[in-house]
Amino acid sequence: MKNLWLILHKYNAFFLFIVFFGVAFYLVVQNNTFQRASAINSSNQLIGGAYAEINGWRSYLHLAEENALLAKENAALRKKLQYYITPDSVERGMTSDTLRDVQYHYIVAKVTNNSIHQKNNYITLDKGTRHGVKKGMGVISANGIVGIVLNVSPHFSTVQSLLHSETRISASLEDSQTFGSLVWGDNYDARKAMLKDIPNHVKVRKGERVYTSGYSLFPPGILIGRVIETGISGGDSFLDIKIELSTPFHNLQHVYVVEDYFADEKTELESLNDDNG
Amino acid sequence: MTIMARLLVFNIARFIVLLMLQVFLFKNIGYYNLATPFPYILFILLLPVGMSNFMLYCLAFVMGISVDAFYDTLGVNAAASAALAWARIAFIRITLQTDHYENYMTPLWGNVPFRWFFLYTVLLTLIHHSVLFMVEAFSFHQFHYTLIRILLSCIFTVVIIMLFSLLFYRRKQR
Repeated sequence: MKNLWLILHKYNAFFLFIVFFGVAFYLVVQNNTFQRASAINSSNQLIGGAYAEINGWRSYLHLAEENALLAKENAALRKKLQYYITPDSVERGMTSDTLRDVQYHYIVAKVTNNSIHQKNNYITLDKGTRHGVKKGMGVISANGIVGIVLNVSPHFSTVQSLLHSETRISASLEDSQTFGSLVWGDNYDARKAMLKDIPNHVKVRKGERVYTSGYSLFPPGILIGRVIETGISGGDSFLDIKIELSTPFHNLQHVYVVEDYFADEKTELESLNDDNG
Repeated sequence: MTIMARLLVFNIARFIVLLMLQVFLFKNIGYYNLATPFPYILFILLLPVGMSNFMLYCLAFVMGISVDAFYDTLGVNAAASAALAWARIAFIRITLQTDHYENYMTPLWGNVPFRWFFLYTVLLTLIHHSVLFMVEAFSFHQFHYTLIRILLSCIFTVVIIMLFSLLFYRRKQR
């Protein structure tokens, strides 16, 4: 014990340095958005690579589940596809519709890191700029929406999950087509979210589906979840509707990054409005 | 006791003046993003030689944190200042025999030979700026860019510190 004190005293400059530098470093990581983002998000090569490696092993455990899910999605897509390939004599001859170009492109990505227990959750994907992923793109899964791309490196990208206090996504109700914004809010449950800004006069049914509205990054008509609490309380002019999310955030494996070919054109056009105003 | 009081007053004045200069003047001066001067470290460099390590770290930290508060980079300058304090302790222990110089001496040109002071300033500025810019960049991505920033800023800071000490040197001679 005495020797320990002697060492501490003899090298006090070094130990004091560790203490003070540690405190400063903690402050840096806690209080600066950039450093926090790059320390906690795992888009840097080292951590991202490690996660990719571990996930490569772990994904074997989920193969059966994953296969079932993909098969299910295949079935759903096949069902949709049949409308296009059924020889319909009425529709024929009108198929080459140049006005409706393909607007959305999907990049398949694998989740290499995921969190659902934080106040602000982030997801890491194994696709980056090399694969065409850009900042601000939407991310969906087979069952629903996942989040928005936050940072991109050549091989990885981080996604601001829907389970993030600052994520807002435009969503609309199935029956009334009213749109509001979907937030995770002050929730701590990875399966639930809140739909805000729906006016009080709108009739909301329990079990009603909620879809993306198409006003934001996501293609319209993607299932988000179902209403479980209508939130009619009176007093406020807006309802607080509780939603059960359809995306299983706790075992996300494959996701699709949505590339909107018209996004630039749209924002450019919309920015003209601000200029005039 | 009057010497101690004088030291105290001088150091407090130096703290305030250098902090104000740093955040109101030098924050706006720079060669693009490449060379940004941080002459506030002169305060830490000029603290009395015989000061206890703990006190030195505390003052360096307070100075760093104060600059950070104005730069909106909480912790970055504090971390660099802590590193600077450590480097200062090591440098002084290696180069000065404490019995040779009287305690509580301000290591300023005039009290110490110019060559010693110059080396002291250059080395410690280099260490401070290295830590500062690396913590700020927070990655080894585009490391050569960080290196250039460190070197150019270092030159800038050293020039300003030398100008300052020239000013004080003359005043002492009078």
